Amino acid sequence: MAEKTEKKSGNGLSVGMILLKLRTLIALLAVFIVFSIMAPNFMTVGNLIAMAKHSAIWAILAMGMTYVIVGGGIDLSVGSVAGLCGMLAGGLIIEGLRLPMFGVVIYFHTPMIILIILVIGVILGSINGLLVTKLGVAPFIATMGLMYMARGFAMLRSGGKTFPNLVGDPALGTTGFPILGAGTFLSIPLVIWIAIFIALLAAYVSTKTPFGRHVYAVGGNEDAAKISGIRVNRVKMATYMFSGFTAALTGLVLTSQLVASHPGTGDTYELTAIAAVVLGGTSLSGGRGSVAGSIVGALILGVLNDGLVMVGVSSFWQRAIKGMVIILAVVIDQYQLRKQNEAALKQQTVSDAARAAAAS
Amino acid sequence: MEENGSHLVLEAKGITKVFPGTTALQDVDFKIYSGRINALVGENGAGKSTLMKIIAGIERPTSGSVLLYGDDGTPEELSFSSTRDAAKRGIGIVHQELNLFSDLDVAENVFMNKEITRFGSVHIDHATQQQEARKVLKKLGQDINPSTLVRDLRLGQQQIVEIAKTMIDEPRILIMDEPTSSLSAAEVRVLFSVIEDLKCHGVAIVYISHRLEEIKEIGDYITILRDARLVDSRQVADIEMADIIQKMVGRDPTKFFSGQAHKTGKELLRVKDMTLPRFGGGYTLDHVSFSVREGEVLGIYGLMGAGRTELLESLLGGMEKAEGEIWLEDKRLDHLDTKRRIEAGLVLIPEERQREGLFLNLSVDKNLTMSSISSLTKWFHILKSLETKRVTEIIEKMSIRVASPRISISALSGGNQQKVVIGKAFLTEPKVLLMDEPTRGIDVGAKSDVFQIVHAMAQDGFGIVLVSSELEEVCSMSDRILVLSKGKLTAEFDRAQANEEKIRKASEVEHSMTVQS
Repeated sequence: MAEKTEKKSGNGLSVGMILLKLRTLIALLAVFIVFSIMAPNFMTVGNLIAMAKHSAIWAILAMGMTYVIVGGGIDLSVGSVAGLCGMLAGGLIIEGLRLPMFGVVIYFHTPMIILIILVIGVILGSINGLLVTKLGVAPFIATMGLMYMARGFAMLRSGGKTFPNLVGDPALGTTGFPILGAGTFLSIPLVIWIAIFIALLAAYVSTKTPFGRHVYAVGGNEDAAKISGIRVNRVKMATYMFSGFTAALTGLVLTSQLVASHPGTGDTYELTAIAAVVLGGTSLSGGRGSVAGSIVGALILGVLNDGLVMVGVSSFWQRAIKGMVIILAVVIDQYQLRKQNEAALKQQTVSDAARAAAAS
Repeated sequence: MEENGSHLVLEAKGITKVFPGTTALQDVDFKIYSGRINALVGENGAGKSTLMKIIAGIERPTSGSVLLYGDDGTPEELSFSSTRDAAKRGIGIVHQELNLFSDLDVAENVFMNKEITRFGSVHIDHATQQQEARKVLKKLGQDINPSTLVRDLRLGQQQIVEIAKTMIDEPRILIMDEPTSSLSAAEVRVLFSVIEDLKCHGVAIVYISHRLEEIKEIGDYITILRDARLVDSRQVADIEMADIIQKMVGRDPTKFFSGQAHKTGKELLRVKDMTLPRFGGGYTLDHVSFSVREGEVLGIYGLMGAGRTELLESLLGGMEKAEGEIWLEDKRLDHLDTKRRIEAGLVLIPEERQREGLFLNLSVDKNLTMSSISSLTKWFHILKSLETKRVTEIIEKMSIRVASPRISISALSGGNQQKVVIGKAFLTEPKVLLMDEPTRGIDVGAKSDVFQIVHAMAQDGFGIVLVSSELEEVCSMSDRILVLSKGKLTAEFDRAQANEEKIRKASEVEHSMTVQS
């Protein structure tokens, strides 16, 4: 987005700069090519869809994370929130909502359950937002706190046990939950459609609406944002709420795919999401980055993950390689940023000189 | 110039330094003599600090060389990679801003990164450090306990500690960048006697100050910089004060400002009893009341700490504890948040451009429309063509010199950045503009552009509140001048009555001791 618009106007940019800017896409292409050569059944439709499915989950989380990070924060709680939301969804399907004081148990229809869980995700996100804006807790600490709390409550919900076989009971109207994870539309899994829908929405909001601008402003310079009349706290709050929403959605999808709620679901997913965001060229110090980049980042991680398995690389090496890729991405990112600033400076200097020449 | 044992110790030749968006130094020569006070003067942004940073090894010149002469007169080209290097060669620098660790004690600060150690630089010998620090401080005429935390010292004492830091290296060249700016009159006297003492020991002092009377008093040689270039270099005794000023500003100061009266209309902004309590008792703003009319430039002058910036920020809603009535035409603003106040027609151009005015991560066009973007939409969709139109118009109007509106704001020079900040404020369609030091740190050309913009806005009927710490700026630009002193309004002058002497007096009313300009 931000990068794309600059490309259009980049009349003074060299081929090298353009390649640098497209580096995440090039990297994605590179891993594709490498794996399709090394693993014969890599380029099959089935495998591509499977990889897209894995990447889609990370992409959904990464989009929420992008908003938070561009806005100058970080959200470490998403993995645990996904886990807690999965447990709550499983609980509502199997056990319903128990209200002992009235001596009743309420069972909701599946769409209602999904809606409730998404709202819970937003509420959990707003807790992060409140801690960061109203109480002034550092985002890292606030969301780390919620990370532990959410994981703890996920365990407490079932005493550490799994809610198995979430097919539901037709008599109670709780059937159909597995469709979310296993269903397809036009023979493409629903998860991918959901990811695409959210991606379009997130990309649109971040580039074409005042709110999107404000997120970049708040992440770039909070003081200036305040003086410019931007409601900084509201903007931050909204980013954490969106992140909570994507976490809840991830929890639902993962649970649905497994047809079971496990309290450990989504463990360390926050780190994968952050890695995807960083791979996509978003700066951890805020104010710079794009949704599109994060999606490409998630795809790279997804392809790398599945590709390495198919090629038969040991899981120990897989981790090491992922780490190297992330570090390399950030190093190149810093280099590109420096080059970009130099290019802008050159362009401005040339223009100043031309103006001076014209004036004399 | 060998006389009385003084000789050339350092020579900077043809120094040029280019920063992103600005040339800080252009082919500047500078000579430093031992046992002399080598004064360096120039306006804000003339390049003094940059030149010193290059000599002290903090910055590297883009081109040019620095030669250090030994006692026997043999030159040696310097290329420092750090201040530590420079310090080893006998060059010390006392920075304008304090570079102290406020949670460490005085001795620890003095010996920062040159700790006295035992057992092979593992164990810090605190006792010796304290002893040595005490000795140096005594030499500086200060009886400060070396084990006091720096945060518990007065500002003036902190400045002394800053000087003590360089003294322990026993430098051959000591650079002092505005060392008196936070000292009391008595502390200045002490400092001068220390400088005199150092001078007698053959130390070459480079003295940077805005206070020309100080330079007249203690300086031996003077070098004048203007707009990154060397203007003049001679003995202080050979030059008159008026000439120094003339050369510093490069123009007749009285003629520079476009200042002329404006036709004023109805009252726009009325402020009643604006009060801001100070942390720990007293007031930062003490029941300040005033009003601004259509087409009027209201100047507000005050010394450091008078509450100028706090006043403007309170008006815009940036100070939570501020109380008082704010009326813009018939609308009361003091219960609204910043966003609503801007919508009502009030806008602030902040003092610190980079910290509070700009989004360095974004392009020029996005910076320009950041305050007004919500009005350039249909529902919630930004109308790109409308935004582009507004941006083009404002770039034209503010004569912002920019290669492309999509270029990063960080590539622009200070003056152009400032115009972007003013443009951003202007796009909110304000009625009253609050301008906090709008000409700070920008070059002369941009300064006069900014004045013209202010003038044109006043003619178009905007109300303008202009806060400045430069007296002549306030005097020539304003239709009416208010003087703040320690949070109180102490005087109000019409254009006709105002003169610098009266304003200066009024600004010192609340100060018990006389304050240097």
